[in-house]
Amino acid sequence: MKYFRAHVLVGVNETSKQAGVSDFISALKAMLKAASLEDEINILETGPLGFFGKGICMTVYPDNVNYENVAITDINELVNEHFLKGRPVARLLLDSGSGFSPKYNYENRIVLRNSGIIDPENIDEYLGTGGYEAWEKALKMKPLEIVDEVKKSGLRGRGGAGFPTGLKMSFTAPIECEQKYVVVNADEGEPGTFKDRLIMEGDPHQLLEGIMICAKAVGATKAFIYVRGEYKLSIQRLNKAIEQCKNYGLLGKNIFESGFDLDIEIKVGAGAYVCGEETALIESLEGNRGNPRWKPPFPGVKGLWGCPTVVNNVETLTNLPYIIKHGAEGFQKFGTADCSGTKVYTILGDVAYPGLCEADMGTTLRTIINDYAGGMKKGFKFKAALVGGAAGVFIGERLLDIKMDLNSLSQYSAVLGSGAILVMNENTSIVDMLWSIIRFFRHESCGKCAPCRNGSEMLYDLINKIKKSQGTIEDLDNLLLIAETMQQTSFCALGQSPIMPIRSALDNFRDEFLAIIKK
Amino acid sequence: MYQEIFSKYAPTKDNLIYILHDIQDSDPQNYISEEAVQAVSEYLKIPSNHIYGVLTFYSMYSTKPRGKYVIRLCESPHCYIKGSENILRKMKNTLNVGIGETSKDGLFTLELCACLGVCGNAPVMMINDEVYGDLTEDKVNEIFAQLREVK
Repeated sequence: MKYFRAHVLVGVNETSKQAGVSDFISALKAMLKAASLEDEINILETGPLGFFGKGICMTVYPDNVNYENVAITDINELVNEHFLKGRPVARLLLDSGSGFSPKYNYENRIVLRNSGIIDPENIDEYLGTGGYEAWEKALKMKPLEIVDEVKKSGLRGRGGAGFPTGLKMSFTAPIECEQKYVVVNADEGEPGTFKDRLIMEGDPHQLLEGIMICAKAVGATKAFIYVRGEYKLSIQRLNKAIEQCKNYGLLGKNIFESGFDLDIEIKVGAGAYVCGEETALIESLEGNRGNPRWKPPFPGVKGLWGCPTVVNNVETLTNLPYIIKHGAEGFQKFGTADCSGTKVYTILGDVAYPGLCEADMGTTLRTIINDYAGGMKKGFKFKAALVGGAAGVFIGERLLDIKMDLNSLSQYSAVLGSGAILVMNENTSIVDMLWSIIRFFRHESCGKCAPCRNGSEMLYDLINKIKKSQGTIEDLDNLLLIAETMQQTSFCALGQSPIMPIRSALDNFRDEFLAIIKK
Repeated sequence: MYQEIFSKYAPTKDNLIYILHDIQDSDPQNYISEEAVQAVSEYLKIPSNHIYGVLTFYSMYSTKPRGKYVIRLCESPHCYIKGSENILRKMKNTLNVGIGETSKDGLFTLELCACLGVCGNAPVMMINDEVYGDLTEDKVNEIFAQLREVK
């Protein structure tokens, strides 16, 4: 085995692909070879590094130096200065501008613990971090033991609704029937959210291990990952990971002579936000329009092709290996007493370092913005954060110290949602933002039920009027009234959601609306 | 002519979405024609009515012929505040098309879409399978010029 003096981790994801990362890597390798460094410096293609520098980003270990926006033309300098002489190239450093170093906090990570460290396309690297040990353990456990452990851990769904995961499993596990399914909801469509994409790109094996554990717990022998069609790299890496698992005997028939069979298949979506709703997703898997179904019966009892089906979000399942390996108590060390674990956020907008982070449940919004994203971008003042995507809430300065966990947020009628945080500066028009959000709902309403179909149209007319300064004070009341009616009468969560951004916008920024309506 | 695609999939309804994806991807005009719907209907033994229902539900499918390059510009809130409207105006002017229309040379079709999950690089668009981010009006010109050269 070769021992390398340094490891260079290059983030290969949708962002860096645009910047030509594959050409960059070949050029870098060629240059290292020319400098006879190929046996000393290892180049590793990995997933997202956890920060969003511009263009191609890379991290050099053991120096722990982060570069952003590197190009082929910089390679000469990088090799000669840094790799040969050990002097980092200052002008390319990620934190060259502000001196801020983003807090990666790897010790506090569960879901992203390998992201940006291992090569996601190599199963051996995942195994090297203790991967699939939980799967081995789970295979020896009784299904109900796994369910109990997950229940005790307090893990709740990370897709938006926050339903207790163990409880969900416990509905399906005791049912005796020929076929049960696990369906993974990777149809990530909430605007501003891409954590699941980064999990799949950065550490696909941990997700697969989570799926395996879930399948064993509920007795499912077939699992589907429903990925949105746009996530080409995720699909490619997951396929590769599944193939590797089959070759290693981690998937297939009679896995490790345990008598348990499992097969995982990827299904590709075709573009519909509503398919993130679990029953709509099941309809789509069956080859239908993605219209949600009436509940009950819940999918856990009667789901895909009428069989009991557990539908879980990518991030939720990715937590399972940790829970099984370290036990419920190990998991409860993270987060708060009544909301355990961590949450993955995507922070965007006018912050210094937009990106991906994982923080304990209960971390305040202020901490997340300041410590993980480097605070506001230079010269900008904080005005509001839209937390949870389009189906989320506007949070103003007043509520910045709000604790980000499911219970604390619900006290303010806010939601954690998908973990998207969009930070806006003082010049952002909240009216305009709300217009954009309502337009989104109008477009994505599936049309099945009247309250959502017509309500979203009416909301759009009203906000259009308000935006054009032709609105009246009654129009503001009507926005709320219609959204409330939608909340009470819509068939699924899509129509029940517009009230969240609308109410929070009007509560926190009413003056702005009053200023723009007709006097 | 669709036999090659059909042979990859069992004739069950759950394969409909994937068959449609394949047919659209293999069509030079990036759409699903009436004949294709008929053929799928016969292969899967499901009514063409159901197929049209599915086709028109999902945003990635088109029942109208489209250009060689299908542009899907994100109009979700994050791209919106990063100026996607300006990019849209620029593209409409450059290509001389409205939303959902194809340029006269048959190369570009302009569409809007919901969040593509590449928000770190807003404003973002996809052209066929490629993602283009951090768009500016100049960058749009460059991208179009490059694609025109490939033809």
